[in-house]
Amino acid sequence: MHEMSIVADLFTIIEEQARKSGATRVTKVKVLIGELSGVVPELFRSAFHSYKKGTIADKARLEIKVTKIKFKCHGCGKEITAKNIMDESFSYACPFCGSKDMELVSGRDLYLEKLEIETS
Amino acid sequence: MEKSKKEVLVLEDILGSNKKIASSIRQKLLEHQILAVNLLSSPGSGKTSLLEKIGQKLQGKYRVGVIEGDVETERDAERIRKIGLPAWQITTHGACHLEAKMLARIFDQIPADLDFLFIENVGNLVCPASFDLGESLRFVLLSVPEGDDKPKKYPEAFITSQVFVLTKYDLLPYLPFDRERVVKEALEINPRLSVFQTSAVTGEGIAELCAFLESELEKRRVKNA
Repeated sequence: MHEMSIVADLFTIIEEQARKSGATRVTKVKVLIGELSGVVPELFRSAFHSYKKGTIADKARLEIKVTKIKFKCHGCGKEITAKNIMDESFSYACPFCGSKDMELVSGRDLYLEKLEIETS
Repeated sequence: MEKSKKEVLVLEDILGSNKKIASSIRQKLLEHQILAVNLLSSPGSGKTSLLEKIGQKLQGKYRVGVIEGDVETERDAERIRKIGLPAWQITTHGACHLEAKMLARIFDQIPADLDFLFIENVGNLVCPASFDLGESLRFVLLSVPEGDDKPKKYPEAFITSQVFVLTKYDLLPYLPFDRERVVKEALEINPRLSVFQTSAVTGEGIAELCAFLESELEKRRVKNA
């Protein structure tokens, strides 16, 4: 359960952004959570709502978009979306050319995408 | 005045502050030519025992230091000091993983003339995988009693590591553990993994792992010379 410490870092960014944009209140927070980021969206959500109390995002809604695991094959250059790396059937090889020279290009990311704020 | 709502596009990495501290640690390690290894595994899979063996083997020829991450107690650091190596204990008081800022706090105490710095993470096969510590190499350990089905159940630890060490290998004859399956599945999710098997009881595999570490150190020193 490391979601709480990640949420603490998220709030550092939220408060800094809110100050920069002159927000009096943050009403919505949208984050991107990679399927392979090690963060469980449900736990992230409960950590968020318990952390927000007393902050500028006190009443904020949280929107989570889960980003897919994507590989780029260095053999043929194609992008491969892996449905679920935990699947028994998952094998680390490009379905188009069979190459194992693939790079994980998306799915580990954790981003604060945008905020909805109120200004007076 | 009327309240007005607007959207602000941020696109900022939530782990950005950890990554920034980690890359400054990485830079310092590079300057001092220290090879740092971050060890990940479940509690009780033999991280400290492996470090005792590796430390004893390397210490005549190299300067070795160990950072011990635990939720509470100095027990692991004391075990490492007993074999004559410097050890620094980080107690997280509840946190399930080490973060770069925890290392940064004690980094002044690390001598610049070390060759190897081992960082034993908090025992946990899940959370530590998300936090870069600035290490040169990441090891994931799995002990034979834990079972051969783990790589696909805990993929992030295996995907983010460069080395996979099967520990307590002396127990293999007594347990239904399929070595071929575990290696095959680990390589299916990360074909770049180097695989070793060790036993801290019999000493099996320790020399091979130390030879690998030495060659990694030399490789980096040649590259940066």
